[in-house]
Amino acid sequence: MTGWLRYLGRYGLHFFERLGRASIFLSQVLLGLPRLILRFRLVIQQLYFIGVLSLLIIVVSGLFVGMVLGLQGYNTLVDFGAEESLGVMVALSLVRELGPVVAALLFAGRAGSALTAEIGLMKATEQLSGMEMMAVDPLPRVIAPRFVAGVISMPLLAAIFSAVGVIGGYFVGVGLLGVDTGAFWSQMQAKISWSDDILNGVIKSVVFGVVATWIAVFEGYDAIPTSEGVSRATTRTVVHTSLAILGVDFVLTALMFE
Amino acid sequence: MVNARVVEIWVGLFIAGGIAALFVLAMKVSNISSFSKVEGYELTARFENVGGLKKTAPVTIAGVRIGRVGEINFDDTTYEAIVHLNIDKKFDKLPTDTTAGIFTAGLLGEQYVSLEAGGEENYMKDQDEIKITQSALVLEQVIGQFLFSKASEGGNGGNN
Repeated sequence: MTGWLRYLGRYGLHFFERLGRASIFLSQVLLGLPRLILRFRLVIQQLYFIGVLSLLIIVVSGLFVGMVLGLQGYNTLVDFGAEESLGVMVALSLVRELGPVVAALLFAGRAGSALTAEIGLMKATEQLSGMEMMAVDPLPRVIAPRFVAGVISMPLLAAIFSAVGVIGGYFVGVGLLGVDTGAFWSQMQAKISWSDDILNGVIKSVVFGVVATWIAVFEGYDAIPTSEGVSRATTRTVVHTSLAILGVDFVLTALMFE
Repeated sequence: MVNARVVEIWVGLFIAGGIAALFVLAMKVSNISSFSKVEGYELTARFENVGGLKKTAPVTIAGVRIGRVGEINFDDTTYEAIVHLNIDKKFDKLPTDTTAGIFTAGLLGEQYVSLEAGGEENYMKDQDEIKITQSALVLEQVIGQFLFSKASEGGNGGNN
């Protein structure tokens, strides 16, 4: 009995210790941001690695998710003679939920794991200590540009995902299944509002961007500097980011769309 | 390592693509323009019951959308609903005896306000009130009335 309690207590303490360290880490990164403006080139380089190189997976998944939504939605809606609402269904589910969430999950797998592995390896090969020896603070030089690039990339990727998904739904709905093209777009435009649906989706994706990149860079920076430690940190990044995104998504949805 | 110029071009393309996607979502998916407050004037109408009418529901005349529903308030002296209608300024030739009714698009669709032009020579101005209105049809009441009339019919049939 006590052994079990002790295990739980140790686990809890460990969790809060890490959370505290992660928060201090985040505040240090944020404090380093003003210095980053002088070296914006570093952010652009990271935008390339984090954003541009994630485009392929985001565009392809977006297209297919939209197409599947169109296909499945049509099967349900056609029973009620409401297949004109297909556009609303596809666009609403993409803009509100699937766009930000699936893009963030893919982002965690594609970019988050790479970030953790890169920073972890820098630590394991003592590059970060080397920088400190040269009186270069690694936080603003290495971590901050990656963090900023992740936070900028995420909403852009989510928007691309949603837009491509709507086009995918359009291909299947209008092109393949013969839904009227005018009804598809006009119903969508009538039912989806800019401030309630699209802007809330963008807010979601910004929050996911902060969460995903924060976890990724922290896990890398906090990794045990061995090859095993780096591999564990990379796994943790993907798992924790996915869990955090799904949890945060529920909270945000509950707040936004009562 | 890709050279810096190529990197910058790709990042530029990426950001432009993201903003373009957002733009597509705003214009093509949500049609932001029709939701922004249009230049126009406001009419009010009193209804006994607005049913499920909501803000930004369409206001139509002869089936053509000429505006949107604004605020919906409740008057606690007459116990009526006051509906504000924002009408596009293009449509400024509504006669003063125009009537308003609340209808449902399709069997289960959303509710909208339909105006019907009268025969007066003077036109409505900003803040005018539509005098003749027809309340929303509440399905339960209609079914109730129908059943009631059927029942009384059946009663009569039994007597004869």
